[in-house]
Amino acid sequence: MGDKIQIFVCIKQVPGVQEVKIDPKTNTLIREGILSITNPLDKNALELALSLKEKHGAEVIALSMGPPQAEEVLREALAMGADQAYLLTDKVFAGADTLATSYTLSLAIKKILKDSKNKSKFLVFCGTHAIDGDTAQVGSMIAEELGIPQITYVQKFELKEDRIIVQRTFRKEEVVIIESKLPSLISVLKEINIPRYPTMLGIMKAYDKKKITYLDSKAINAKENKIGLKGSLTEVWKIFIPERKGEQIILEGTNEEIARKLWTNLKNDKII
Amino acid sequence: MSILIDNELCTGCGSCVESCPYGGIEIIDNRAVMIDKCNLCGACIEACPVEAITIEREIIEKKDLSEYRGIWVIAEHYKNEIHPVAFQLLGKGRELADLLEVGLTLIILGSDFDEELNSFAKYGADEIIYLKSPKLKNYYSDLYVQVLTELVQKNKPEIVLTGATPTGRDFAPRLAKRLNAGLTADCTGLDIDLYTRNLLQTRPTFGGNIMATIRTPNSRPQLATVRPGTFKASEYVKRKAKIRKIEYDFKEKDSVTKIVKVIHKHKEKVNLEDANIIIAGGRGVGSKENFKIIEKLAEVLGAELGGSRVAVELNWLSQDRQIGQTGKTVSPKLYIACGISGAIQHLVGMQNSEIIVAINKDPNASIFSVAHYGIVGDLHEILPTLIKEFMKTKIVD
Repeated sequence: MGDKIQIFVCIKQVPGVQEVKIDPKTNTLIREGILSITNPLDKNALELALSLKEKHGAEVIALSMGPPQAEEVLREALAMGADQAYLLTDKVFAGADTLATSYTLSLAIKKILKDSKNKSKFLVFCGTHAIDGDTAQVGSMIAEELGIPQITYVQKFELKEDRIIVQRTFRKEEVVIIESKLPSLISVLKEINIPRYPTMLGIMKAYDKKKITYLDSKAINAKENKIGLKGSLTEVWKIFIPERKGEQIILEGTNEEIARKLWTNLKNDKII
Repeated sequence: MSILIDNELCTGCGSCVESCPYGGIEIIDNRAVMIDKCNLCGACIEACPVEAITIEREIIEKKDLSEYRGIWVIAEHYKNEIHPVAFQLLGKGRELADLLEVGLTLIILGSDFDEELNSFAKYGADEIIYLKSPKLKNYYSDLYVQVLTELVQKNKPEIVLTGATPTGRDFAPRLAKRLNAGLTADCTGLDIDLYTRNLLQTRPTFGGNIMATIRTPNSRPQLATVRPGTFKASEYVKRKAKIRKIEYDFKEKDSVTKIVKVIHKHKEKVNLEDANIIIAGGRGVGSKENFKIIEKLAEVLGAELGGSRVAVELNWLSQDRQIGQTGKTVSPKLYIACGISGAIQHLVGMQNSEIIVAINKDPNASIFSVAHYGIVGDLHEILPTLIKEFMKTKIVD
């Protein structure tokens, strides 16, 4: 790979949750017509990598862990302009919490770095969080596994040779400009850029010329007790649709009566 | 490790299919069958009415977790002020610590808190550990992780809580990884299973459509980040806390990253999290013009103005007033929801309010299910009357 910086972009396939609705009669999820999509913030991470590729000639490597159909999001990444794509897929990866997921992803990154004889000329980009689980944990954990600095919640990014200068948002009223070096991990906010659409040529290339490399647990030399459900310290004990039963009082009468009743009740409750 | 379906018991009713967030289960030939989208989340197990589904877990050797005791709350600060989520967590932490019969400790990493430490005792901590260094005036991921790792390994707390803010969510995952400890993000509910001493961590998932309760049964400490505004700070007048100060001599080069500049912007004018009363409007308000009547009610009650995602998206209200999953989480004493239907994404942001009043035309609107007082009717007629009657009672008082 020579002198090019390698940029790893972690991508997750998620259900388009904004469309997930609850059937009020059965109190269950309505799954019909829900598409799997690329986690939106991961596209911002990919866009950042692609813009650096255009400016500095970096190599962009898209990486995902999931069932075989997660290949779809990697095809999209290739169509947008990623150079390589790796899918970590194996039955034993299923049920992973963030500890196991970050372990698995970081092993793949280590393997790819080793195969391309790259020691430190790399960056890892992620979206701050995925819209389904919304833990925002995997990025920092990958940085810890790789032993590299992390800067999360990034809204501006600049690469100057082997230094990076970024803007991190702590809260609405505080932005911190931080300097780090290669290698580092960055998690991005949606404010950082507007992801491009794949071009027709890009889509054709993604299906025609570019290949997705599949990696299973053996290929990355994963320890059995650190992956999937077995490697997870947290477990989902219960999943439920929130019950919404309260003892409510419906106030009735003329508008004046309703208003008087409300203020009297709130006064009795010592609220006003 | 896998999901097992007992074909003898399965009736092919399909409850499991409906419950699965991943589409990982199908009914084939009148029997439930797992397909490779399954993520082993276990939602189907709860959903099955005939208990035909089980999860096969490997029996893990029970480790002795009893050397881990006590609850910690890690504070963060901005311009020398402790973020209120730390005090909110002490409020909940006190409750959990009393259940477990252990101590509650507040951890502060900073440089200018010597004089204030005693005044924090009133929030319920038994002990305050102050890690002091001029360098810790600002936040550094790596220094936080380094210092906290040492402290946890030495003192072995069973539970470590911090705010689900960009700071907490930055260092907590790295700390968890270094400690090899379980971490649950962005919790909106915490409880204790007294028998196992497990922390039951409830959080919204799938954009708030589903709640998941997470536990960390086989390792300690149990780490969790908690959304600001979820719990309330309590004040105990006569409480005293033991104070331990540990000084560090950090040099510039001790952090791998360098802070080039800190930019302070104007503080937000809107402070929904601390408001006592919030009047919120949704789609039912109808227009920006119509919002004026809500503003008027807020004004007479001395309340803050809030709204649903729809109200913000339609530009009736500024973004910083949005309440719900993608906005703020609030728990005021009084929340009046006007023309808000009550999508779960909104409910997760306000359901911890002390008293909820819902005003909606549709008697079946889900907002009524969390309301203490419901008014079925047109808000444009009811609100002016509410204002009028409130002014009257005020004069009588």
